[in-house]
Amino acid sequence: MSTAYAQKNGFFAGLWDYLTTVDHKKIAILYLIAGGFFFLVGGIEAMLIRIQLIQPDNEFVSAGLYNQLLTMHGTTMIFLAAMPLIFTLMNIAVPLQIGARDVAFPFLNSLGFWLFFFGGVLLNCSWFMGGAPDAGWTAYAPLSTTSPGHGVDFYVMGLQISGAGTLIGGINFLVTIINMRAPGMTYMRMPLFTWSSLVTSVLILFAFPALTVGLFLMMFDRLFGANFFDPSMGGNHVIWEHLFWIFGHPEVYILVLPLFGLFSDIISTFSKKRLFGYSAMVFATVLIGFLGFMVWAHHMFTTGLGPVANSIFAIATMAIAVPTGIKIFNWLFTMWGGSIRMTVPMLWTVAFIPSFTLGGFGGVMLAAAAADYQYHDTYFVVAHFHYVIVGGVVFGLFAGLTYWWPKMFGTMLNEKMGKLAFWPFFFGFHLTFFIQHFLGLMGMPRRYWKFQPDQGLEIGNLVSTLGAFLMAIGTIIFLINVVITTIKGEKVSGDPWDARTLEWSIPSPPPFYNFTQTPLVRGLDALWVEKRHGNGKMTPAEPLGDIHMPNNSFIPFMMSLGLFIAGFGFIYQVDNSSYLILAVLGMAITLLSMFVRSVKDDLGYHIHKEDLEKGAGSE
Amino acid sequence: MARDTNSTSTEFYRKKNKEEMKYQLVTFAAMIVFTLVSFGLVIGEFHPMFTIPVIILLACVQVAFQLYYFMHMNHKGHGLPALFLYSGVFVAILTILAMVTIVWW
Ligand code: HEM
Ligand SMILES: [Cu+2]
Repeated sequence: MSTAYAQKNGFFAGLWDYLTTVDHKKIAILYLIAGGFFFLVGGIEAMLIRIQLIQPDNEFVSAGLYNQLLTMHGTTMIFLAAMPLIFTLMNIAVPLQIGARDVAFPFLNSLGFWLFFFGGVLLNCSWFMGGAPDAGWTAYAPLSTTSPGHGVDFYVMGLQISGAGTLIGGINFLVTIINMRAPGMTYMRMPLFTWSSLVTSVLILFAFPALTVGLFLMMFDRLFGANFFDPSMGGNHVIWEHLFWIFGHPEVYILVLPLFGLFSDIISTFSKKRLFGYSAMVFATVLIGFLGFMVWAHHMFTTGLGPVANSIFAIATMAIAVPTGIKIFNWLFTMWGGSIRMTVPMLWTVAFIPSFTLGGFGGVMLAAAAADYQYHDTYFVVAHFHYVIVGGVVFGLFAGLTYWWPKMFGTMLNEKMGKLAFWPFFFGFHLTFFIQHFLGLMGMPRRYWKFQPDQGLEIGNLVSTLGAFLMAIGTIIFLINVVITTIKGEKVSGDPWDARTLEWSIPSPPPFYNFTQTPLVRGLDALWVEKRHGNGKMTPAEPLGDIHMPNNSFIPFMMSLGLFIAGFGFIYQVDNSSYLILAVLGMAITLLSMFVRSVKDDLGYHIHKEDLEKGAGSE
Repeated sequence: MARDTNSTSTEFYRKKNKEEMKYQLVTFAAMIVFTLVSFGLVIGEFHPMFTIPVIILLACVQVAFQLYYFMHMNHKGHGLPALFLYSGVFVAILTILAMVTIVWW
C-alpha cells in the first residue's frame, strides 16, 4: 500500500490534506494559522481601544462600539489566540518530547481543532450580524443576560463550541502523556514542557466543565426564557460569577503553565546545564495546578462574600506565590554558572522573568482582600493581568514559536530580525502597562469608554497608547521575519540549537511517522545523555518494523460545521422560530457524522518496513 | 491476537474469573438489597432526618461497588484513573461546599 502516503501536489490537494489531517504536526500548523490570525484580530481591537484612550474625552469610537471592542479583545485573546497558540506548541512538541508517533487520539485532535476554529468564527460573525458581545469577557449577569441584540448569544454559542474543542484537546494530551511515552521515559524524566502540559491538561479537564455549565445556564436564560441568573424570578446572578471564575482562575494557569515548562526547557538548553531543582519544579507545577482550584473567589472580593470567605480565599491566593517563587529561583539558579547563549528564545525568556515577577507582585497586592476594595475594577487590575499574561504567555509564545520553528517548518527564523522584534515589543509592553498600575491607583476605572481632562490621567494614558504602538511594531517585525524566512526557505539540521530533549533527535521537520524506531530513553534530557555518554544518537528501543498510521478524515470538519450551523439556528430562533430549521439541520449534520464515524471501521494503514528502509516520507 | 495460552495459565484464569463472578454476584445482590432498603425507608415514612442521610450513604456505597467491582477498579494498574476520579470528586465537592456556604446559606 505504498501509494497511501505518496505525496500529492497542487494547491487543492494540499488544502484537502490540511482539512482532513490527523497528524499532530500539521494540526499544530493549523492551530498556528488560526490562532495567529485571531491574535492579530485581537491586537487590532486592542489598538483601537488604546487610540480611543489616547486623550481625554476622545470621540474616536462610540461608546457601544468601545464596549464591543473591549469585550471581543479579551475574549479573542484568551480563547481564540492564547489557547490555540498554546495548543500549537503542545501539538508540535509533546508527542516528539516523549518519543511518540502521534497523540493518543489523532481523530479527536483534529476534532478539537475544528471545534475551536468554528467556535471562533461563529463568535466573530457577530461583528457582521448586528454587533459583537459587549458585556466584557467575563459576561457578568445581569449585564450579559439583559444586553440587547444577539451579541452575547454569539459569545455563549461561540465559546461553547470552541470550549468543547479545548476540552477534547486537553483530554487527548492527558492520555497521550500518560500512555504513549517511549520506553525509559518515566514521569521523572519528562521534559518540563511535557510535565506542564500534563498539568495544564488536568486543569482543562476539571475547569472547562464549569464554563460549559455556566454557558448552558446563560444560553437557557437568554435563548429559552429560563431565569437561572434573575433574582426577581428566584435565580441568583452571583452563581454566574462563581461558575465563571471556578473556570476562569484555573484558565489563567492553563495559559501560563505550559510556558513555564517551555521556559524551563529553553533556560536549560541555552545555559548548557541541567535544570536546577528538576523535582522541585515538577512539584511546584503540580502544586500551582492544585492550588489554582481554590482561589477563584479572589475575583469576587467586592461582591460581599463576607470577611471569612474573603480571608480564606485571600490566604489561599497568596499561597500560590510560594510555588511560583520556587520556579523563579530555580530558573535563576539554572542560569547561574551556565554558559549562556543569548539566542532569541533565550532573550524572551530572560525578559519574562522580571516582567512576570512584577505581575505576580501585583497579584499578591490584589490578593489582600481589604486592599482589593480599592484596586478592584481599576486599571491596577488591568496592569496586573497584562503583566502576567503578556509578560508570561505572549513572551512565552514568541519564545516557543522561535524555538520550535525549525521543528515545524525546517527553517530557522532570522536571529537578527528576532532581536529587532523583541526590543520594541519589550519596551512597548512595559511602557503600556507599567504606568497603568498608577492610573489604577489614581482611581481610573477599567472598561470605561472615556476619561475626563484635568484629573491627572492624560500623561499616563498617552504613554500607554504610545507603548501599544511599539508592541504593534514588534509584532509586525516578527511577521516580516516569518515571511522572509519562509521565502528564503533555508533548511536546517534536526538539532539547530544543540538542544537536550528528544524532539531534536529527529530531522526538521520530522517524517510524518516521527520516529522510524521508537527511541530508548536513558535519562533526563534524553538526547543530551546520548551526546555526553553515547554517540549523540538515540538508541532504538525496537527493531525496524511496520508502522501503523491513522487515516486522514474529513468527519471532524463536518461535525464542527454542523454545530456551527446549529449555533446560528439557536441564536436566531428567538426572533423567528423558523430558524429552528437551521438548528435541526446543523445537529443532523453533526449527528450523522458521528454515526458514520461510529459504524465505519477505520483501521488505518501500515507503512512497511521495506519502504521505511527506502526512506518513505522523509524529505 | 493469538495469545500463548498453555494449560496452567488457562486454569489460573478460569479460577480467577470464577472468583470475580462470585464477587460480582454478591455486590449485585447487595445493591438490590440497598435499593429495597431505600424504598422501604421512604414507604415506611421514617423521619426525613434519618431517611435522607441513610439513602445518601447507601448511594455512596453503591457507587463504590459499581466502580470497584463492575468497572474493575479493584484490579491492578488503576492507580491513575483513581487519582483522577478522586481529584474530580475533590474539585466538585469544593465547588458545592463553596456554593452552599457562601451563596445559598
Ligand atoms: C502570584 C500569582 C497571582 C496572584 C496572587 C493573582 C491575584 C489576582 C487577583 C486577586 C485578581 C483580582 C483582582 C480584582 O479583580 O480586583 C487577579 C486578576 C486577574 N489575574 Fe491574577 N494573580 C496571579 C497570577 C496570575 C496569572 C499567572 C495570570 C495569567 C496568566 C493572572 C491573570 C489574571 C487575570 C486575567 C485577572 C483579571 C480578570 C478580570 O477581572 O478580567 N493572574 N489576579
Ligand atoms: Cu485569579
